[in-house]
Amino acid sequence: MINFPILSLITFLPIIGMMIILFIPKRQSLFIKSFTIIITAIQLALAIFLLSNYNFSLAGINDIKSFQFVEKFRWIEIDGFAWLGKIKIDYLLGVDGLSVPMILLTTIITFIASISSWTIDKSIKGYFLMFLLLDTGMIGVFVALDFFLFYIFWELMLLPMYFLIGIWGGPRREYAAIKFFLYTLLGSVLILLVMIGLYFSSMETLADGTRVFTFNMLELMNPTNYTQNGILSPLNPANLRLIAFIGLFIGFAIKIPMFPFHTWLPDAHVEAPTAISVILAGVLLKMGTYGILRISYPIFPDITKDLLWWIALFGAINIIYGALTAMAQKDFKKLIAYSSVSHMGYVMLGMAALNTLGISGAILQMFNHGTITAMLFLLVGVIYDRAHLRDIEGFGGLGKQMPIYTGFTTVAFFAAIGLPGLSGFISEALVFLGGFGNNSIRIIAIVSTLGILLGAGYMLWTLQRVFLGNLPEKWNQLTDVDTREYIMFIPLVLIIIFLGVYPSPMLNLMNSSVNAIVDVVEKSGLFLKSIGSL
Amino acid sequence: MTVGLTHFLVVSTLLFSMGLYAIITRKNAILVLMGIELILNSANINFVAFSRFGNFGYSGHLVALFVIVLAAAEAAIALAIVLNIYKNMSTVNVDEIDNLRD
Amino acid sequence: MYESTLINLSLFILLLPLLGFVVTLLLGKKVKSVFIFENLIIILTFFSSVYLLYSKLANFRTTKISSELEWFGFNNFITGTKLSINLGFMIDNITAIMLFVVALISMLVHLYSIEYMKGDERYNRYFAYLGIFTFSMNGIVLTNNILMMYIFWELVGLSSYLLIGFWFEKKTAADAGKKAFIVNRIGDIGMFAGILILFLTYQTFSFDKIFSSISSGVLPFNSDFWLTVTGILLFCGAIGKSAQFPLHVWLPDAMEGPTPVSALIHAATMVAAGVYLVVRIFGLLTADAMLFIGVIGMISAFIPATIALTQNDIKKVLAYSTVSQLGYMIMALGVGAYQFAFFHLVTHAFFKAALFLGSGSVIHAMHHEQDIRKMGGLRNKMPLTYWTFVISSLAISGIPLTSGFLSKDGIIASSMAFANLTGHYLFPIFSLVVALLTAFYMFRLIILTFHGEPRDIHKFEHAHESPFLMVMPLVLLAGLSIFIWYTPNPLNSEQGWILSKWIEKPTVFTPERSRFDFMKSSSDEENNIKQSYLDAEVYKEAMHSAHYPAMILSELMAILGILFAFIVYQWKKINADSIADKIKPLYNFSLNKWYFDEIYNKTFVAFTIGLSKVLAWFDAKIIDGMVNGSAFLTKHFSFFIGNFDKYVIDGIVNFTAYFNGFIGLLVRRIQTGKVQSYLALVIFSLVILLFIFK
Repeated sequence: MINFPILSLITFLPIIGMMIILFIPKRQSLFIKSFTIIITAIQLALAIFLLSNYNFSLAGINDIKSFQFVEKFRWIEIDGFAWLGKIKIDYLLGVDGLSVPMILLTTIITFIASISSWTIDKSIKGYFLMFLLLDTGMIGVFVALDFFLFYIFWELMLLPMYFLIGIWGGPRREYAAIKFFLYTLLGSVLILLVMIGLYFSSMETLADGTRVFTFNMLELMNPTNYTQNGILSPLNPANLRLIAFIGLFIGFAIKIPMFPFHTWLPDAHVEAPTAISVILAGVLLKMGTYGILRISYPIFPDITKDLLWWIALFGAINIIYGALTAMAQKDFKKLIAYSSVSHMGYVMLGMAALNTLGISGAILQMFNHGTITAMLFLLVGVIYDRAHLRDIEGFGGLGKQMPIYTGFTTVAFFAAIGLPGLSGFISEALVFLGGFGNNSIRIIAIVSTLGILLGAGYMLWTLQRVFLGNLPEKWNQLTDVDTREYIMFIPLVLIIIFLGVYPSPMLNLMNSSVNAIVDVVEKSGLFLKSIGSL
Repeated sequence: MTVGLTHFLVVSTLLFSMGLYAIITRKNAILVLMGIELILNSANINFVAFSRFGNFGYSGHLVALFVIVLAAAEAAIALAIVLNIYKNMSTVNVDEIDNLRD
Repeated sequence: MYESTLINLSLFILLLPLLGFVVTLLLGKKVKSVFIFENLIIILTFFSSVYLLYSKLANFRTTKISSELEWFGFNNFITGTKLSINLGFMIDNITAIMLFVVALISMLVHLYSIEYMKGDERYNRYFAYLGIFTFSMNGIVLTNNILMMYIFWELVGLSSYLLIGFWFEKKTAADAGKKAFIVNRIGDIGMFAGILILFLTYQTFSFDKIFSSISSGVLPFNSDFWLTVTGILLFCGAIGKSAQFPLHVWLPDAMEGPTPVSALIHAATMVAAGVYLVVRIFGLLTADAMLFIGVIGMISAFIPATIALTQNDIKKVLAYSTVSQLGYMIMALGVGAYQFAFFHLVTHAFFKAALFLGSGSVIHAMHHEQDIRKMGGLRNKMPLTYWTFVISSLAISGIPLTSGFLSKDGIIASSMAFANLTGHYLFPIFSLVVALLTAFYMFRLIILTFHGEPRDIHKFEHAHESPFLMVMPLVLLAGLSIFIWYTPNPLNSEQGWILSKWIEKPTVFTPERSRFDFMKSSSDEENNIKQSYLDAEVYKEAMHSAHYPAMILSELMAILGILFAFIVYQWKKINADSIADKIKPLYNFSLNKWYFDEIYNKTFVAFTIGLSKVLAWFDAKIIDGMVNGSAFLTKHFSFFIGNFDKYVIDGIVNFTAYFNGFIGLLVRRIQTGKVQSYLALVIFSLVILLFIFK
């Protein structure tokens, strides 16, 4: 076992790096850049070290004992206020099979994004400060087990993102940044409301026997902790749990983004600098689905079970609507943004299946989409750096001019349309197998298979318009992939191929936790019963 | 004709009115102080007159004596004030001393 | 010789071309001669598959060898069960033969391409693509489960996409590649849905396990109907891959790829994968599903045959004839002629590959001229190409002494037997009509290309016989189109080793009630439940009585077709153009391929694109409009609130202050600062008070 607080280290390492960068003079830009890359590389190494010490058989989810690398201490403690009781907030970190893949994904994507940030040339110091702050926020979301802490990290990530889009973005960056910020803030408000509601509904028993209100997610999942007339307690006759679930769900759905809350995504993607698009698509979108699996499912298992059909329906809408909308896009980045909408639909469909296959598929799809879309955005970034154009119709015949670049793009595109042998296939197949295995959403799963046809349609059409055909005169100066870009692409390609050929390690990693999630929600009847016996 | 209470009161009233008139109309602060003395003395007359004609014993006389003492003290303090006003403003004309307005 | 040796050997055969692909692709830019490596790999693959075929037939002729390993699995800790997704091989005789066919044609195409593709700027990459194709095709052939088949199914789709669009500078080629992939995906969705049903029902993908569950009575959703649906859905994959009606439109377009690719992928092997799939799932097809398959096959045999009559592109004619022949095979499976279908797959692979490579030879000689109206008279200039072309054409027309006769005649006879047994007479009628059409258009092609006078003198003069590496495959493949390799008796294939010994007879696992009558196991055979329906007396009898009529009729048709072609094009007794003029609408209908492309473009494609545009508009204007609208409303509402605050709320506050100030202004007058006036005021007030309160 690891004897030092690895989770805190991995979370706050970027903050330490940020402190150091603060003291570096502005003109040392080369040092700032390479220092950031080193920080993210150490973080990645830590994540791999964490994985190598991770015990695959422990489940986590709602049992603190089976979480790993847990760090817990009292963070905020206020004794005052008679009507509030004591306020006790824990600093509680821990990982299970749901968060480890996400941590891996985040560290990989951040590392590659930091390499991709090499081309930033406008107020470099500020950029990398924000970048590292964002990094901490992202990792924090995936390791926090206290709702309050989770929320803080959730918000922490919002602010640097706003500046990264708003300062280093494209021509309409202010609009996009404000839209992103306000939209996600709306979601955060909903989450905050539910969080407070939950706080006043559930009491944790401390070691000395006193009962206090709690933000601890694992205590919130324990049905016996609910108070008699807590606002979100199932015992409360004015049952607000459905509304709370929907509120929380919308809060997370905005991040996914789920139709009809998705329109911030294309704007943010189009305007954000390449590295930020990569992080946005690769990591931030996963937080929505991660939040649902981590918080909504186990805390509201009773409601979740009733609403699975709706989750699946919105998943299917995302898949088909996103694909069709992507087909009509003229802007390369926007097209990929909409393809993200479509691909995140698979995650929702898999979650709604609520069986081992479906949820494994969903989590795997989160990981795969993270790597594949990251690669797609990097690719668009590469061509934008050279041609300063994102209009699909403006290209053509690049296959002749940039064969290696074309090769990488082809791999990424085919991974995105679920070609067997590449990672996208496994997760999509699992999602469909899972979805089809669930009686109530079977039809939706079948309809969603249309998505794989439409996906092939728009991806191949784009491939043709950009890379095939004749090379326009003006593009015959474009150079092929350089060394730095090789370093970004090759790890991603290797991951995509490896998980396509041999997904077993990743699936084993999450297997226990997936079982636990399914178990928690499936047994929501017992959940209610155990409350009834209070 | 015997001198009765009424006569005393008429005299004191005249004295009071003259004092009041002096206080309101005189410009010189010293004269105003003198007006005040007149009023105090008219009050003394009243006290003594009521004491003589009423059934009050010697209380009236006693109060009159107090008033005289008071008037002396008052005159001393007031003159000191006037002296200070003159020091500061080089005038004892009460019309010109309107600092209170602000 | 152990079974495990064969499994290892097949693993070797599978992975070798993958190695070739990776090495050739990665080194292609730097090492100019890396294509030699790929060719050596494929030759090694070929000899391994020959060895595999030999050892399978010699040592394990009646056993089915299979082996599988877990790919990934899911433990369920709650129920304590484990769900495994497996990868595995299954080698029976069909596998071994198919593997041999694929490896042989792939090798010949590789060698042929060395000459044909010479000078291409992406020479090495071409060979790399051939490598990944061979790998994926071997995967389809070797697999023992439907998921793995689907995986390799998609991978051949990829290699087909890459190879069709190999000359991607041409828009038509890029379009054709995309079209092939997408049209195939339509079929694949059906296949995938079928796989979903199978997995849901049986929790496994393995053919054998599924079959044994079916025979023990486990059905999807417990109904025969859903078993039929499953069969049809799986068959959808074959509709796409084997270019069956209504998804046949991609194959003629796929001729944009290099001609050797057309020979390998779009004639001999990949398109036959659909047939191979149906062969593999034959055991779960109910009578209804078979009928559906038969009808699709019949339509797909007929429509392209009529289109091929009028096409002028040498490769397009061959492409339509491929669809038509694949339709034959599919129809054969539908009517229960399992062995003949696979047999025809094999023979067709050889003679169609020969035809395509022959056409490639012609195209090569004519400097990439594909229009037969500009050819003619090449017979003397390219004798080897000519004769191999003729032999293959005779084979496809089903003339005795050729392999095509054996398999095609068998199919026609089976369809007759089927008609006699079940009353579906359309099958034999259509198959005879198609036989007539096939013979006609093939000889039209030969006559226009090789006979008569050259119509483009300039190109004709430069034409020459192709080099050895291109001719050798032609000769070899044409040689394989002779009967002698399959049976000693040129008129009866059933006596040959390929049917009686090599190709296993099918076993049907569907419930008795959902089979054709003739496929039901008769009661007196209960002790011999394993016996195939092909050996049942009733079927044998029907075949026997259909044998001679079928042979005579089909020969009649073939000879009529050839004769007619000679009359019209060689001897010019009838003017082709005047016939075309007389039946102008029909002619145009055929020339324009029954307007399938136009209809699809106007309906499905237009609908999808239109819908996508509408949705994009909806997204940008309505959904995003609502977001922006709410932002706009909020902004203006806040502006309003701001003004309200500024003028009303703050106004009240300011007014209070102002009012007080005003009062103060009024009252300040009496504040003179003069002691005397204060005193006067006090006294005056006192007097007034006195009067008030007196």
